[in-house]
Amino acid sequence: MNIRLLRYGLWAGIAALSIFLVLTYISGRQTTAPRAVELGTSFNLIDQNGNPITEAAFKGHPTALFFGFTHCPEVCPTTLFEMADWLNKLGDEGRDLRVFFVSVDPERDTPEVMKGYTAAFTDRITGITGKPEEIDKLVKSWRIYAKKVPTENGDYTMDHTASVMLLDRDSRLKSTIDYKENSDVALKKLKLLIAG
Amino acid sequence: MKILFRITALVFFAASLSFAAQAHDHSKMGQGDPAAMSEEMMEPVEAGDLTLSDAFTRATLPGAKVGGGYLKIANSASEPDRLIGGTTAAAERVEVHEMKMDGNVMQMRQLKDGLEIPAGGSAELTPGGLHLMLMNITKPFKEGDMIPVTLEFAKAGKVEVQFMVGAANAAGMEHN
Repeated sequence: MNIRLLRYGLWAGIAALSIFLVLTYISGRQTTAPRAVELGTSFNLIDQNGNPITEAAFKGHPTALFFGFTHCPEVCPTTLFEMADWLNKLGDEGRDLRVFFVSVDPERDTPEVMKGYTAAFTDRITGITGKPEEIDKLVKSWRIYAKKVPTENGDYTMDHTASVMLLDRDSRLKSTIDYKENSDVALKKLKLLIAG
Repeated sequence: MKILFRITALVFFAASLSFAAQAHDHSKMGQGDPAAMSEEMMEPVEAGDLTLSDAFTRATLPGAKVGGGYLKIANSASEPDRLIGGTTAAAERVEVHEMKMDGNVMQMRQLKDGLEIPAGGSAELTPGGLHLMLMNITKPFKEGDMIPVTLEFAKAGKVEVQFMVGAANAAGMEHN
């Protein structure tokens, strides 16, 4: 067998392997890409000013959605402080972005409580609360985890998903910002969302 | 073949570079400016074999009914001690809690048996980890205030500690 033939053979093998790897990668990406899961629902809740609010509030502009509660000692204040900082940094670029803080503890978080709370961070965040059944519906529709955990004396705290969901103008989930995500990365995600 | 080897080496080099860049990014992830209150910070409190230091809490947000308590507890004894809880005039109850992330879900648990302070070791109560929860505070905490809390240990007994109120997003108390 001649050397040249062997060399061609090997190169052909490498070429075939490369094509195979590229194809596997592409098809793998397609199958692992998020499937179109139906997220979100219609709802009837109350904003922090006492006005009715529906799913229409998440349409026509980029939206950042965060679920939490005002008795939350760490994750919610940290995230909302960061959000206020990102809004500040976005400046004019973030004009269209609307940010909602949905209570997973509507029994304690009345519209007045929500209003006083969000105002401590920025005037750009709107609190949403309302009937527990309606909150529950919204929470479940966005695949948010929220669970009451009893503490002493009949008191309770809430375990809940701590990610911020970023929705495009058609209210479709584009990406999420995790708790304590690198601030530059978070800002980039918000910019991408706004550029839509 | 030499070329193939070179390309492979190059790819590895590029990959390691990007990893290094990422690692660098993470190191910058720290909190913003922690409230610096070194001058007014309490002196460490000694109670038997325990030394309690850097006690702080955060200014509470409007409507918030709970406050976190953070401090360092060192134990020089050859036996472990246990932080059981505490009392304060500033809140209805003081509980020992632990915050954990389970994936993207934040979980909060009361440590009903308290927190062990290992023999010859220490425990650190920090935002986002182990902490004290001051439940149903009697009035909002204002930055610069001092909140006296009597902590209770299984062995060292009761120890009064002053918690300095930092900014609402204080990450810690800085010593300069």
